[in-house]
Amino acid sequence: MNKKTSAPSGKSITSFLGENSVPIMFIIIVAVCIPISGFSPKFLLNEIITRMGRNVFLILSLLIPIMAGMGLNFGMTLGAMAGEIALIFVSDWQIWGIPGIVLAMILSIPISVLMGIMCGKILNASKGREMITSYIISFFTNGLYQLLVLYMMGSVIPIIHNSIKLPRGYGIRQTVGLLNMRQSLDNLLALKIAGVKIPVMTFIIIAVMCLVIVWFRRTKLGQDMRAVGQDMEVARDAGIDVERTRIISIVISTVLAGFGMIIYLQNMGDMATYSAHSQIGMFCIAALLVGGASVDHASIGNVFLGVVLFHLMFILAPTAGAKITGDTMIGEYFRVFISYGVITVALVMYETKKRKAKAGMGQMLEAAQREEAQSDA
Amino acid sequence: MSDHVPLLEMKNVAKDFFGNQVLKDINLTLESGQVLGLVGENGAGKSTLMKILFGMTEIQETGGYDGDVMLNGKKLHFTSPFDALAEGIGMVHQEFSLIPGFTATENILLNREPQKKSVVSEVFGERLNTLDRKSMKQKADGAIDKMGMHIDGEMVISDMPVGHKQFTEIARELSKEQLKLLILDEPTAVLTEREAEVLLESIRGMAARGIAVIFITHRLQEILNVCDKVVVMRDGVIVRDVASKDTNVSEITRWMVGRTVDSDTQMHRKPPETRTIMSIRKLWVDMPGETVRNVNLDVREGEILGIGGLAGQGKLGIPNGIMGLYSAGGQVTFDGKEIPLNSPRTCLDSQLAFVSEDRRGVGLLLDESLEWNIAFPAMQIQNKFLKNYLGGLIKWRDEKAIADVTRQYIEELQIKCTSSRQKAKQLSGGNQQKVCLAKAFALEPKFLFVSEPTRGIDVGAKALVLDALKKFNRENGVTVVMISSELEELRQICDRIAIVSGGRIAGILPATDSSESFGALMVSKVV
Repeated sequence: MNKKTSAPSGKSITSFLGENSVPIMFIIIVAVCIPISGFSPKFLLNEIITRMGRNVFLILSLLIPIMAGMGLNFGMTLGAMAGEIALIFVSDWQIWGIPGIVLAMILSIPISVLMGIMCGKILNASKGREMITSYIISFFTNGLYQLLVLYMMGSVIPIIHNSIKLPRGYGIRQTVGLLNMRQSLDNLLALKIAGVKIPVMTFIIIAVMCLVIVWFRRTKLGQDMRAVGQDMEVARDAGIDVERTRIISIVISTVLAGFGMIIYLQNMGDMATYSAHSQIGMFCIAALLVGGASVDHASIGNVFLGVVLFHLMFILAPTAGAKITGDTMIGEYFRVFISYGVITVALVMYETKKRKAKAGMGQMLEAAQREEAQSDA
Repeated sequence: MSDHVPLLEMKNVAKDFFGNQVLKDINLTLESGQVLGLVGENGAGKSTLMKILFGMTEIQETGGYDGDVMLNGKKLHFTSPFDALAEGIGMVHQEFSLIPGFTATENILLNREPQKKSVVSEVFGERLNTLDRKSMKQKADGAIDKMGMHIDGEMVISDMPVGHKQFTEIARELSKEQLKLLILDEPTAVLTEREAEVLLESIRGMAARGIAVIFITHRLQEILNVCDKVVVMRDGVIVRDVASKDTNVSEITRWMVGRTVDSDTQMHRKPPETRTIMSIRKLWVDMPGETVRNVNLDVREGEILGIGGLAGQGKLGIPNGIMGLYSAGGQVTFDGKEIPLNSPRTCLDSQLAFVSEDRRGVGLLLDESLEWNIAFPAMQIQNKFLKNYLGGLIKWRDEKAIADVTRQYIEELQIKCTSSRQKAKQLSGGNQQKVCLAKAFALEPKFLFVSEPTRGIDVGAKALVLDALKKFNRENGVTVVMISSELEELRQICDRIAIVSGGRIAGILPATDSSESFGALMVSKVV
């Protein structure tokens, strides 16, 4: 999808560095931190592969709204909540293992679609401010989620098992154990190569998802989304239903985020009912940006590079921080600081690039004038 | 001939925007394979007429139009451009309507892509069909061939030179099989000479294939080269409808500008032969739609210099660039000192003032009172209307002085308002314009740029604004540079008039010169 025209080689190196400055910066940080932390390569590899299996699907759900020009969609949190609601039901019905995961995914679809449509409609009413709006929507929906899970489950909605209910008789406990589901997807067909565990089934699902995204870009709907993403007015003049296309992109993203959350939680093995989704949007978006994506452009490659770099950072920072300063808290602080920082930097760079493109016009004018003066002389 | 039905017929078409008549009594016919050249000054009604023909929604929103538009003898009722497209009317607009990150092929077939069905799309609907890239390429290449200009179908629009973008749009219209009538709105404006020739050639090709073309341009020679007939519009009516072989450029110019007999009763003084107060050298300004290229211009002290020209040729770019509102380069010397560009504050500090054409956006604080609007810049820039306490440490607004000066200008300019504390947004357009002028006058500048001071205001207000400017110039000796699209009003008050064409100064003439010579300058370098 990245068709880049060839530029003169001298220029292309600097422009390559400029466009990929965020990933390059992180590669450098990680390269410095690895020897300081003192972790063995085997340990790091194991960690990275586990975290890739856990997170990639969630981050993939961000790609389609970016394609449709809706920026980094914090609305994915809504999908994550849908996945959690589905998991609560499935664990209450005591359906475990792969059937449980599949059922949870199926259950999450209608909830995700509903929330996606709501989110899409609101975002259509606030075009150009999708990021901040979706961020606030995620807080607002968190309230609805709490209402449902904390008050209605067990009182209005029947919950059978006391093990997940709060002692007062309604509402769900702080944590829902998913021990019987823990890593059942990851362990299916799992391989162990030189002590590194590879969750083959999860990776197959991720690979299929990537293929689906590649295929989707070639469909009429995908083409329409790209058109809408680049210029809504032109797309509208060509007869594309802009609003509907945008809603569909958000719905797809929400549904995928729901699946992603279920994959994430089956790997973790338990679910923090009220906080599992709260940071997930932020971390996924930070990871995608670390991988070199921008507000208006993201590829599958960005997802994988981003997951590797961001999570290496997560693993290394506390230890490296502790080694350097003797204080573990510094590392903890460092990684939160980094993820917010990355998002800020990426947003600023996006605006700067736009302004640079604008200033370029003036420079072209000046150059044209100089040439003219020379040809006159 | 009685049973012959022309492809397009317009009968008594008229249109008003809320009582403001912009088109009246328009009658014209067009046959298949004919090329019609439509010319006229800005505001003559060309665009409105084409909007009616193309079914643009803003026509319905403003109350529709009178009269009949008939295609093949059938009366048309368009509610949106899609209806027009379905009837075989295509239009290439002045602004590009292309997706920047798509290739030419993707743009040509935007939302009309050939598709392949798959199992998934059978289940989930047509939008999940995959695009048939191969037949897309064939179709697009077919349309490009029809056009006669070769463009690379695989090239991304944002990498294309501007002319190729224009051709991509034309190819898009040509790729529509039902196309019967194509409207080209100033298509050659962005083309190089060579490209324009190719376009004219391809227009001839379209006509030979039976497509009727309406060609709008300011380059009159092109009209004569390619059109079968010329329709000249002025002030909302068709003043001439002739075969192009029976006319010539100077005749068309005269019809366009009109007023062959100059009612030149204005008292013109002899242009002052004073020193140059501002000299502009090699100025470029990057103002979208009003690009200025390589402008050299000298302004004499105490004169009123007019800058005229057609819309989009760069006349607005000159003051906006010098005053630092758009990025600019070159040298500007004022009163012996060089003025740094891209720095509005320095301009204001050197006693330059600017009345912007964008009075609601740049000119006024809409939610504030007249007093504030008039006194604010003077207070900010020159510390006027301030009372100093504690040796200047604390500055308070001198409300009385502000009220006095506001009252003075309200009287002088006859600003219609309920009180000097009325909010600026509650005033009519003409009165808002007067407030903008008062604001600039209150700065007591040495040099004043006034951009389109009479745009969108009624005749009475117009005369007042022009008189106020003239008086300000004569009594205070302030040098005024006035930018306007209306040649007649420039000729009323200016000493000399510079005509901008294609972003450059095409020539400077005394205001007493004939309309024709100004008209010739206006179209001389149109790009």
